[in-house]
Amino acid sequence: MTFLSYLISGISLGSIYAIIALGYTMVYGIAKMLNFAHGDVIMVGGYMSFIAMINFGWPPLLSVLFAILVCTVLGILIEQLAYKPLRSAPPLAVLITAIGVSYFLQNAALLIFSANPKSYSSIIPFDSLRLFNGQLIISGTTIVTIIACIVIIWTLNTIVNKTKIGKAMRAVSEDKEAAQLMGISVNKTISVTFAIGSALAAVAGVLLCSAYPILMPTTGAMPGIKAFTAAVFGGIGSIPGAFLGGILLGIIEILGKAYVSTQLSDAIVFAVLIIILLVKPTGLLGKKTLVKV
Amino acid sequence: MRGLRLRSNIDNLLTYGLVIVAYIVMRLLIAGGNISSALQGQLVPITAYIVMAVSLNLTVGVLGELSLGHAGFMSVGAFSGVITATLLTDTIPTTWLRLALAMLVGSLIAAIFGFLIGIPVLRLQGDYLAIVTLAFGEIIKNVMNTIYLGYDKNGIRISMESANALKLDEGGKVILNGPMGAIGITKLSSFNAGFVLILITLFIVLNLINSKSGRAIKAVRDDKIAAESVGISVWRYRMMAFVTSATLAGAAGALYALNYTTVVARKFDFNTSILILVFVVLGGMGNIRGSIIAATVLTVLPEVLRAFNEVRMLVYAIILILVMLVRNNVTLRQLFQKIGIKRRNSLANNKEGDDA
Repeated sequence: MTFLSYLISGISLGSIYAIIALGYTMVYGIAKMLNFAHGDVIMVGGYMSFIAMINFGWPPLLSVLFAILVCTVLGILIEQLAYKPLRSAPPLAVLITAIGVSYFLQNAALLIFSANPKSYSSIIPFDSLRLFNGQLIISGTTIVTIIACIVIIWTLNTIVNKTKIGKAMRAVSEDKEAAQLMGISVNKTISVTFAIGSALAAVAGVLLCSAYPILMPTTGAMPGIKAFTAAVFGGIGSIPGAFLGGILLGIIEILGKAYVSTQLSDAIVFAVLIIILLVKPTGLLGKKTLVKV
Repeated sequence: MRGLRLRSNIDNLLTYGLVIVAYIVMRLLIAGGNISSALQGQLVPITAYIVMAVSLNLTVGVLGELSLGHAGFMSVGAFSGVITATLLTDTIPTTWLRLALAMLVGSLIAAIFGFLIGIPVLRLQGDYLAIVTLAFGEIIKNVMNTIYLGYDKNGIRISMESANALKLDEGGKVILNGPMGAIGITKLSSFNAGFVLILITLFIVLNLINSKSGRAIKAVRDDKIAAESVGISVWRYRMMAFVTSATLAGAAGALYALNYTTVVARKFDFNTSILILVFVVLGGMGNIRGSIIAATVLTVLPEVLRAFNEVRMLVYAIILILVMLVRNNVTLRQLFQKIGIKRRNSLANNKEGDDA
C-alpha cells in the first residue's frame, strides 16, 4: 500500500512536470529554441496567484485565472521584446538571451517580493480521499493535479491536431519558410505558442506551490530544469512525449527518494535520462531525423 | 596558407600579450594600493573563470557542441585538488609545489571523468548532447553532496552516510563533509598561480587549435560526414577536444577551491555552467581572446555595479539581453554602425553568422 501511495504522489509530481514540459516542448518544436526562462514564468504564476489570494482576497479560481492572464501577457511580451529580434540569429545567441530573461525575472522577483520564502496555502479546497479503510490517503491537491494534467494534455492535443491554428503550428514546426509561403503568419503562430506555453506555466506554478507550499524567487528553477529533462526524455517536440516523460520522471524521482536515497534522487533521475538517451537517442517518442549529405 | 598562418600567429601573440600586460597592470595597481579589497579578492576567481571559459570554448566554439555541465568537471577538479593538497600538507611543505600538485591531480581526475563521460555523451548530437552534459553536471553535484571523506594515521576513509561513520582516530581530519562540502582548506591559491595557469591553458589550447588535430576538430565541427569521408576519425577528435576541455576545467577547479577555506558542491551547479557558457558566447564562439575578456568583464561587472546595490543583478540581466540583441539583430546592428560605432567583424563572428 505504501508503494501505491508513493506511485500516486509520483504521478502527481509527474503531472506538474508534464504541464511544464509541454511549454518547453511546444516552444522548441515551433521556434526551435530552448526557452530557459520558462521555469521562471512558473514562479511568476505562483506569486501572482499568491498576491491575488492574500493581498486582494480573491477566491482561488479567480486567482488562478489572474495568474494565467499575467503569465500569458508576460510570455508574449518576453517573446516580442527578447526573442523576436533574434529570429535569424544563431541558436546559442537565443539561448543566452533566454538565460538573461531568466536572470531578469528571478531578480525582479527578488526585488519585489524579497528572498524570504512565502508559505503558500493550497488553493484546492477538496478534502483528502481515504481508501482501503484509511490505509491509502490521496490529497485533494494530488487528485486535482492529475485531472488538470489529463485535461490539459487532451485539450492541447485537440488544438494541435484539429484546429486551424494547430495546423499552422505543425506547419511552422515542419518548415518555417514553406509555411510562410503558404500564407501562414510565422510570427503570429510563434506568439500564440508562447502564450499557450506561458499560460500552462501559470497553471503549473499554482499546482506546484499547492503541492510544495514554499514560494521563492528561485522556486521555478529546479522544476524548470527537471521538466526540460522530461521533455527531452519523452522526445522533445512531441506532446504525448512530454506527458509520458513528465509522468515517468515524477515516478522515478519519488520512488528513488523513497527506496534509494533522498539526496541521490535527482542523480537517479538524470542517470535514467542518460540511459534512455543512449538506447534511444531522440527520446522515447521523438522523431528520428535523417541527415542528408 | 603562409599568410593565414602568420595572421594566426600574430593573433595568438596578441592574446598572450593581452594577458601578460593585464597581469603587469594589476601587479602595479596592487603594489600602488590602488585597488579595492573586494576586487583583490576577485582576482583568483577571475583567473579560474578565464581558464574555465577558454576550456569551454574548446568544446562549444571549436568543437561546436553545446556543453551545459562544464562546472561538473570544475567540481571534480576542485574536490580532488583539495583532497590532494590536504593529504600532502605534512609531506610537502612548499606551498607552490603543493598547489601545483593539487592542480595536476585535479586535472588528471577531471580528465578521467571527461573520458568516461565522453564515451556516452559524444555518441549524441546537438540538444541531446547538451542535456546529457547537464545531467552529468547535476549527478556530479548530487554525488559530491553525499560523500564524506577523512584521514587519520591508518589512511583515508570514505563514507556515504555521515562524518561519524568515518570512525576517525584521534587526530584524524575530515576533508569532505557531505553537504557541507570541503572544509578546513588551507588557502594555497594566489594571483600568480592563476596567471601561470592561464598561460599554460593558452599554450595548450592555442597550440591545439592551430595544429593538425585542431584543424581536424574544426573539420568535424563544420561537417561530420565530410570529415569522416576524408579519413578523419570523428570519435577520436571529438574526444580529444572534450577531454582537453575537461582537464583544464579540473585544474581551474583546484585553483578556485584552494582560494577559500570551505567549498560546497552546490557552488558548481547548473548556474555556474551557464555563467561560463555566457562568457564563451559573449566573447565569441571560437574566439579565445574574447572568452578571456568576457570572463573578466562579466566577473568584475557585478562588483562595479555595487553602486546600484539591490538592482545590480537586474542591471546585469538587462545588459546581457541588450548585448545579445545588439550583437545579433541585423536592424539594431546597422543602426549602431550608422551612428558610428564600428565593430570589427572577426573571423569568429562570421562563423557565428554562418551557423544561422
